[in-house]
Amino acid sequence: MLRRSRDSANLMASGRLLSVMGLLWGCLFFLAVLGGCQPGKSSLNPPLVIAGSTSVQPFAEKLAEIYMQRNPQVRLDVQGGGSSAGIYAVSHGACDLAAASRELVAAERHLVEIPIALDGIAVIVHPSNPLRSMRLEDLRAVFAGRITNWKGLGLPPRPMDLITREEGSGTREAFEHLVMGQEEITPAALVQDSNGAVREIVAGDPQALGYISAGLVDHRVKALAIDGIAPTRANIKNRTYRLVRRFLLVARAAPAGPAKDFVDFVLSVQGQSLLEAEGLVGVVE
Amino acid sequence: MARGKFIERVLFFLALSSISSLALITFFIFLEGLPLILHTGLTDFIASSHWAPTKGHFGILAMIVSSILVTLGAIVLGVPLGLSCAIVLAEFSPERLKRILKPTLELLAGIPSVVYGFLGVIWLVPLIRDYLGGPGLSLLAGSLILGIMILPTVISISIDALTAVPDTYREGSIALGATQWQTVRRVILPAASSGIITAIILGMGRAIGETMATIMVAGNALKLPASILDPVRTLTSNIALELGYAAGRHREALFATGIVLFVIIMVLNFSATLLTRRK
Repeated sequence: MLRRSRDSANLMASGRLLSVMGLLWGCLFFLAVLGGCQPGKSSLNPPLVIAGSTSVQPFAEKLAEIYMQRNPQVRLDVQGGGSSAGIYAVSHGACDLAAASRELVAAERHLVEIPIALDGIAVIVHPSNPLRSMRLEDLRAVFAGRITNWKGLGLPPRPMDLITREEGSGTREAFEHLVMGQEEITPAALVQDSNGAVREIVAGDPQALGYISAGLVDHRVKALAIDGIAPTRANIKNRTYRLVRRFLLVARAAPAGPAKDFVDFVLSVQGQSLLEAEGLVGVVE
Repeated sequence: MARGKFIERVLFFLALSSISSLALITFFIFLEGLPLILHTGLTDFIASSHWAPTKGHFGILAMIVSSILVTLGAIVLGVPLGLSCAIVLAEFSPERLKRILKPTLELLAGIPSVVYGFLGVIWLVPLIRDYLGGPGLSLLAGSLILGIMILPTVISISIDALTAVPDTYREGSIALGATQWQTVRRVILPAASSGIITAIILGMGRAIGETMATIMVAGNALKLPASILDPVRTLTSNIALELGYAAGRHREALFATGIVLFVIIMVLNFSATLLTRRK
């Protein structure tokens, strides 16, 4: 008898627990719906939304952070999504500025482009690799899969471990545009999903060859010269180094109001030196 | 009584919401992915190896083959280990040892897959590269890591299958003069076979669905592998690698990859259910 009443008390307690949990779920759901529908309702000004290239995103976030410290009344919302998605969004008014790590194509020429920085793409090998320079045609032949052995580049014969980025990556897109032309990157290449992962593999593998943003080259890997020109800051800036892409901000019309203010900040000495400190090359003297 | 009814309702609602999320996921995967399969045609989608989604080529044959190979590799490596571990724990070990070992093995299941992947990249991959050749990131590395990751699944379900065999079988066999090993081999294992096969199939489901660790150690190349030292990309890796940027047809193609994966896992789970029911 006693046993039974205790059981029923337990049952009641667990029932209460369950209904509390149910209530919590309900609240959570409600909040999620509310949050999803009205982003940033708490702030007075609508945020300035920048969407686009994931290559530009970390730099845009850094810029936005500093900019918001100086202008606390403005809220900047930096999102990824890729260059194409960002440009699509800005041309349909879904965001204020798009960040792009590729050039605009013909159908997008009606948009306003503002170059904010240059980024070199460095071709990297293991520091123990004796190779110093590579011809652009050889680089293309390597990534097209026509050269698969270091012998093809005049080194002792060893198979080459080729590393590329995933389809859709801004760095890959720029590399394809600058190096590959109409050719496709060989399916035999290893695929990694970040500059850091490519660098990590090349740093550990004496037979590897990959490409990353020039700003991210460090002592653990060796950047090759292309057609004899090394990816130094000066060579990227005057664009004698061949593998250089522009980072753009794209707007539907000439930016005005808060968007213009942010663009001016990016192109100011402070904004540009911020980008330089992050490994990019500025566009303004 | 009214309170009991109320609790029943709440429970029913919660149960329904978890099931409906499954239905919703299924619905959306098919909604997003089917248009692409209809667009490219099923044969071009699953019988071609040319994957260049931004240029309009959507062949995932190499990934299907790679997923299957990595999974088979994991089974070949993981099942003998897991099964022998289960046999020892269920049949040969004293109660005390079992009490220590079983929770330890369950702990293995709680390690996040990114940790397995990281260990794979740091230790396993350089070992393969230095001693066996190739880039290290390979089918073999993926199979080894997955082989370890499926151990908890294989072991715990196998143990359940082995302990479910009635003790009268054991006693009968021993009484007939069989040794303990003969009993296990000739009596217990055949009696538990359907449960063990279920363990293997669920292990396969675990292996084929694993994403993070395979992305990190398998190399993700798009080619059909010619040796176990070649890098491979599995179906799950393909989705996770490219979803971040994909738009339009590319996005649909990744959902369509999800459909293929969904079908494979459904077939596996369904056969596991069939086998347990037959018992």
